[in-house]
Amino acid sequence: MNALLVICGLGIAALVAEIANLKKWLTAFVIVGLVAAMATIFIDFGTSTMHFSEMLHFDDFSLAFSGLIVVTTIFWFWLAVDYFRLQPHITDRTALVLFTVAGALIMASFNNMAMLFLGIEILSISLYVLAGSRKESLFSTEAAFKYFLMGSFATGFLLMGIALIYGATGAFHLTKIAEFIDANPAGLPTFFYAGVLLMFIGLAFKISAVPFHFWAPDVYEGAPTTITAFMSTVVKIAAIAAFYRVFFVFSSVDHTLTKVIAVTTVLTLVIPNITAVYQQNVKRMLAYSSVGHVGYILLGFLANATESANAIYYYLCAYACASLTAFAVLHAIESYNRSTTVDYFNGLFKRNPILAVAMTFALLSLAGIPPLPGFFGKYMIFAMAIEQGYTGLVIVAIITSLIGVYYYFRIIIAMYFQEPSAEALSLGTSARVLVILLIAISLILTVCADRFVGLPG
Amino acid sequence: MTVFLIFFPLLVSLFIFLVKPAQAKTIAFAASVVELLACLYLTTQFNKNELFQFRLDVPWIQSLGLNFAVGIDGISLVLVLLTTLLVPGIILSTRNKQLSRPHTFYGLVLMMEMALVGVFVALDGLLFYLFWEIALIPIYFICLIWGGEDRGRITLKFFIYTLAGSLFMLVGLVYLYLATPGEHTFALAALYEAGQALSPGEQGFVFWLMFVAFAIKMPVFPFHTWQPDTYTVAPTQGTMLLSGIMLKMGIYGVIRWLIPMVPAGVAEWGPTAVIISVIGIVYGSCIAIVQKDFKRLIAYSSIAHVGLIAAGTFTLSVIGIQGAMIQMVSHGIVVFGMFYIVDVIAERTQTHTLDSLGGIRNVAPVFATVFVIVMLGSVALPLTSGFVGEFLLINSIFQYQYLLGGIAGLTIILGAIYMLRTFQKSMSGEVNNLTASFADLTTEEKWVLYPVVALILLIGIYPAPILELSEPAVTNLLKVYSNLSASVK
Repeated sequence: MNALLVICGLGIAALVAEIANLKKWLTAFVIVGLVAAMATIFIDFGTSTMHFSEMLHFDDFSLAFSGLIVVTTIFWFWLAVDYFRLQPHITDRTALVLFTVAGALIMASFNNMAMLFLGIEILSISLYVLAGSRKESLFSTEAAFKYFLMGSFATGFLLMGIALIYGATGAFHLTKIAEFIDANPAGLPTFFYAGVLLMFIGLAFKISAVPFHFWAPDVYEGAPTTITAFMSTVVKIAAIAAFYRVFFVFSSVDHTLTKVIAVTTVLTLVIPNITAVYQQNVKRMLAYSSVGHVGYILLGFLANATESANAIYYYLCAYACASLTAFAVLHAIESYNRSTTVDYFNGLFKRNPILAVAMTFALLSLAGIPPLPGFFGKYMIFAMAIEQGYTGLVIVAIITSLIGVYYYFRIIIAMYFQEPSAEALSLGTSARVLVILLIAISLILTVCADRFVGLPG
Repeated sequence: MTVFLIFFPLLVSLFIFLVKPAQAKTIAFAASVVELLACLYLTTQFNKNELFQFRLDVPWIQSLGLNFAVGIDGISLVLVLLTTLLVPGIILSTRNKQLSRPHTFYGLVLMMEMALVGVFVALDGLLFYLFWEIALIPIYFICLIWGGEDRGRITLKFFIYTLAGSLFMLVGLVYLYLATPGEHTFALAALYEAGQALSPGEQGFVFWLMFVAFAIKMPVFPFHTWQPDTYTVAPTQGTMLLSGIMLKMGIYGVIRWLIPMVPAGVAEWGPTAVIISVIGIVYGSCIAIVQKDFKRLIAYSSIAHVGLIAAGTFTLSVIGIQGAMIQMVSHGIVVFGMFYIVDVIAERTQTHTLDSLGGIRNVAPVFATVFVIVMLGSVALPLTSGFVGEFLLINSIFQYQYLLGGIAGLTIILGAIYMLRTFQKSMSGEVNNLTASFADLTTEEKWVLYPVVALILLIGIYPAPILELSEPAVTNLLKVYSNLSASVK
């Protein structure tokens, strides 16, 4: 709860900074504030408190996910420092990002459907603006518009679902809904199931699960790279957390939902991974790969709640670390206003070895090659799914991982094998430290995996 | 001690990566010699009559049942010795060639050494898998950065091929892991027990999952299609690592992880494995005979040799596995020597096409003599290291089944054909304008090749020390196996 307050305060402070003419120090101030928010999460960890008439529930799960969101945001601010420096409206944008994070925290800790809706809207509306923040670019505007339309559409589904569920159970609180379901195992009206399905569709839009993913590649490609990095890490973590909280209330109803999840999982594994093979634009490829990773995470929903939370959490840690690294490198080498194709990476190893090595770490981790954390994440989820008897799904997932190796390695081959197409690339100290730190974190995630696994449960 | 063997090369390689010292080669070489000395010291401390020694077992990721469990028995020790012996040679084999980015190169070679040692000493299923995969990363980059033409496509095929194989192995290991009673664990003994308790049908299933991974790594026919291209395109040091050491990972996997773990599966499918291995022998040899490219020829001969080793291993007899052990050492040394010779030729004539060579014997007699000895080691002439291994292996196959033994015996004749043909085409005959100015061995080259020659002869004349090292472990392994497969029957 304290973290949420700190972040909301920071957002308001960022708005005021425009008037008080403190723009120069704003990013540093925000990072300090986020570290403070992280500290409060750290202190609160292990407690379980309810706030606002039990509408928000801060337990280990929500604190662990909030922590991941905040840490990722800190690194993201570091990565995106020039996005703020080089362009106007630094205060507005900083405030928007911070409000997005506030929404994300609510999504990780809601106990009430209204709060879920509020969190999603706070997050989404800020993002619509951010996606369109490169105003002179048509693609950016297109991305914002598309994102807005699809987002509103999904919200419609979500609201309809919430309404139907309220009609059936008479409650907005997740705990009360769960109690009601337990008390009436046979007496649920049909429209309750319709409500669950509608909510599922609404949330599937948000986590970009196939077949509700069509907005993702266009939005990821059109938005400024830094915002894409933000969407594919922080926003994704929050959406998965919200999905988890809702899902495990309804998973006890019956197994119909499990079947829906299984089908969605297969589609989300196969379609984006195959589509990614044909992409020349690296940003678009990463967008498809990020949709593909949702497939692996969905596979993690098929076990019991605690185990699932642990595996999904570790997976997201590994994924966030690797994605941030990949986007940091992409951001460093892309040129303004042109699409970044695979041959942008040609000979990167000769042009700037640190970037090439960092990208290699990121891609190997995303591809799930041991001993990088991406492997352990996949491994946990696969082992869990095999234990639950979903061997067929795991085989599909293994095949799509191999497809993943193919398209990730296209970049690796371009970096090490092709001749450089441009002269050496120099990298600022800050970016270099960031990249090295991210590599170090991915190694820490491997060596101390045990420290992360048990956090949410 | 074991931990030192694993992490010392890693630390040195990180040092080379990060500090980028000017003398990368010297440091890497010194480190690999220290590693070799450490391994020799460990050998002197090794008690032949005990099984696993120098053990360490600490929890790593408990939620996955992963422990950092390592230990060395005779079988491991022989292969660790081979690894630590070859790596200094491989580092020296770059000679005075100007490599681009030397620190990356030597760093990767040492990292490779770490992973290989790790594979041979791991006593935890998942740890074994991790080292197995880690070994793939440095070799992939060695081939990708310093390889020859079209390496992007070929190395990617190599990577995906072997990765696909190892994922099957992982599924097999997880299957056994989930079968362990109580708190699941990947510990070797627990996996053995879990595997042995499975029904024969399930054991057969796990056998195939794991066998495919090992067969691709070796590679045994028909899983070999990545190998000739990769060997040809890789830089010489990469090929040495691949054929000298990495290939042995597959055989080691069979001996340590397959035979005792799923004995009923091995009993059922072992004969199939013997047959495809024997097919591989003939297939590899026949294709080697018609090769025009020297490097490619050795690649195919390697398929033949490893086929023989695999066939001998799957006869599940003491002489078969003992033969496999000694032949792995011998093949490692011989193939290292062979590729070194190819590299010397390629450096001086800019080609490894056999037809454009000839008459080197006339201008470089010392070089030709060394070549003869290494070649004889390869065709398994008595008193060379190759003879001991091939004799034991063919003997074991012969006892297993006459006909198969006869076919496997062809390897000696076919081997003699392609090797002598190679010698004839490159060394004898008239010199041409490419080979006329062929310089004889330099001092540094002698420093590499003379020990190779000495080892080939030494092991050929007195193989007992190596055989004694691995014998108790092998006997124990087969005792366990025969008890179990008997009880199943």
